[in-house]
Amino acid sequence: MILLSLLGISVVAALLLAFIGDWKFAPEVNISCSLLTFLVSLVLALQVYAEGGSVAGSTYFFVDHLNISLVVLTTLVSTTTAVFSRRYMRVEREHGRVGPMRMRFYHAMFQLFIFAMLIALVTNNFGVLWISMELATLATVLLVSLYRTPTAIEAAWKYFILCGVGIAQALFGTVLLYFAAERILGAGGNALLWTNLSRVSGQLDPTVMRLAFVFLVIGYGTKVGLVPLHNWLPDAHSEGPTPISAVLSGLLLNIALYALIRCKALVDGSLGTHFAGNIMMGFGLLSLLTAAFSMLRQKDIKRLFAYSSIEHMGIATFAFGLGGPIATFGGVLHMLVHSLAKSATFFSVGHAAQMHGTQEMGRIRGLIRGNPAVGWGMFLGVMALAGMPPFGIFTSEFLILTATMKDAPYLAPLLLLGLTVAFAALFRKVQPMVAGLIPSWQKPLTAANIPVFLHLALVLVLGIYLPSFLARWFQLAAEILK
Amino acid sequence: MTLSFAAQLNSLLASLILLSAFALLSQRKILGLVHIFAWQGFFLALSTAVIGFASGEHHLYISSLLTLGMKVILLPYILYTLIRKLKIHREIEGIVNIPATMLIGIVLVVFSYHLTAPIRELSSLMTRSTLAVALATVMLGLLMMVTRRHAVTQILGFLAMENGLFFAATSATYGMPMVVELGVALDLLIAAFIFGIFFFHINTTFDSLDVDQMAKLKETD
Repeated sequence: MILLSLLGISVVAALLLAFIGDWKFAPEVNISCSLLTFLVSLVLALQVYAEGGSVAGSTYFFVDHLNISLVVLTTLVSTTTAVFSRRYMRVEREHGRVGPMRMRFYHAMFQLFIFAMLIALVTNNFGVLWISMELATLATVLLVSLYRTPTAIEAAWKYFILCGVGIAQALFGTVLLYFAAERILGAGGNALLWTNLSRVSGQLDPTVMRLAFVFLVIGYGTKVGLVPLHNWLPDAHSEGPTPISAVLSGLLLNIALYALIRCKALVDGSLGTHFAGNIMMGFGLLSLLTAAFSMLRQKDIKRLFAYSSIEHMGIATFAFGLGGPIATFGGVLHMLVHSLAKSATFFSVGHAAQMHGTQEMGRIRGLIRGNPAVGWGMFLGVMALAGMPPFGIFTSEFLILTATMKDAPYLAPLLLLGLTVAFAALFRKVQPMVAGLIPSWQKPLTAANIPVFLHLALVLVLGIYLPSFLARWFQLAAEILK
Repeated sequence: MTLSFAAQLNSLLASLILLSAFALLSQRKILGLVHIFAWQGFFLALSTAVIGFASGEHHLYISSLLTLGMKVILLPYILYTLIRKLKIHREIEGIVNIPATMLIGIVLVVFSYHLTAPIRELSSLMTRSTLAVALATVMLGLLMMVTRRHAVTQILGFLAMENGLFFAATSATYGMPMVVELGVALDLLIAAFIFGIFFFHINTTFDSLDVDQMAKLKETD
């Protein structure tokens, strides 16, 4: 029942906003619907908290200690993004970049996107997981091209084609998974259920599972933005409206990684070797290093943070690949804190770009003097992303690094190199933007500050004091993924 | 119809699907591509029905009808209408190196056979030998998306890939569970809606559907 209302609210909201999305109070409707979904997810979390074990809703949906924190995160970030989008899109409308029809479309697709992500998280069926991943892509494709500029259309086309190709590989992987599962669980829908598969994963045929994982990692890895499958990501993030960049970076990448680690758990159970882990570690390290060095030569502010997302997803993928209780714990925490810090930073970046009328970093100057909230928000967000203590990303990266030192010490220098270069790139690019004098072309702006500082406060709290129930959840999640 | 006859018929249809995948690679006329795609969908629907009949898995009849409706009638019709509206039905794509592409295609087919060999040994289904063809169709669709520079052609490659995936599901396991198949069909419908919008956007913004014109977003040094 709770699960149904969790999913239902966003569908109803999407339908409603398709008709009234250009109405004066449509942003408020958007916010309230997202907030309602968030409250329902909290009730769900309380249930998980009270009942301890996993709440198996029915054969269609399930909630366990791994996906519950991601469900709450998804609904929280979508709510704060809706709050940010209210101010942001008002400015865009005043500048004449979007008309009433597109506002309807924007709001409806935003809710549909949330719906698709929530389905992907709580579904028990690997086939439905694939369908909802594809639905999430399709819902955002036309949002990326919302401004209809030549570059926006190019970015959206690239996103559509590359993710279409990628996700097709994941479907082939799912077919192979079903092939392996059917031999043990029998034909029919039950053979693709996670709750059944995780029970019998030891009996799944290793040859088929190995092949399936190669396709699955290429497919879902494209959506995670792993190098060398990442080409769509910087374009899609830089050309779409900033609220969309925030949810693409903060949420969609996480969901894709979630799909991947569920698959990995099955493959590990079947093979009993570190095959899947090695592949993920390789992709993760390559993404981290490539993205860190690419960040050094970015000129567009949103591209810079898009590469930073690739870097962080690389770290998380590496952590899950490494496996073991500490690294997996760090990986789950990293997904959470990165999502919060990155969307907060995108909110500030969006306002900064609106104040200067450009996304070019060379022309964004004097943010702290011009608008202290935006300036400090961006600076603190970047510090969090760069892994400075006492923010939560420091904690997660520290955990991952510790586990690396223990299990794969020869890879620790590479990990450190990536983190250092990324830090240097971020600091070098962001420092001149926030400090200095106000340039003549800067315009004043009323910013939406609550979302930014709420996220940063959460990242800070998770860095200083991790509530014991959350720590317990992450441990149990690591247990699930073992 | 004996079982072996059904298996032979299915192999024949599989080879026709593969043939149409190669035909898609070499066809340069936009309208011709849509026709070949419709034929491929037709062979696919027929093959699904044959497998459904021979194996007694009656849900495959529904899949077959779904394929017929979507991939033989609806999608080609949508594409045809779009092509008429965009006035590109006479367009011929200037592609070079068709022989080289075909050679790569052959390599991909051999590779697919190699990749699916362990599964052929495990499976006891009569359709096990066509899984390689299915994977090859996916790969050829992929190759088409990579080598062609026209927006409509890239979409046809995407749809051909979807055909290959569907065929893979029927070959490996007599089809995916119904809920998954319906969901995939729904996604495909939404995708059709989206690329339809896209064609118009690309055409009005760039005055052509040649995706080579979209090359502004590059890494800056």
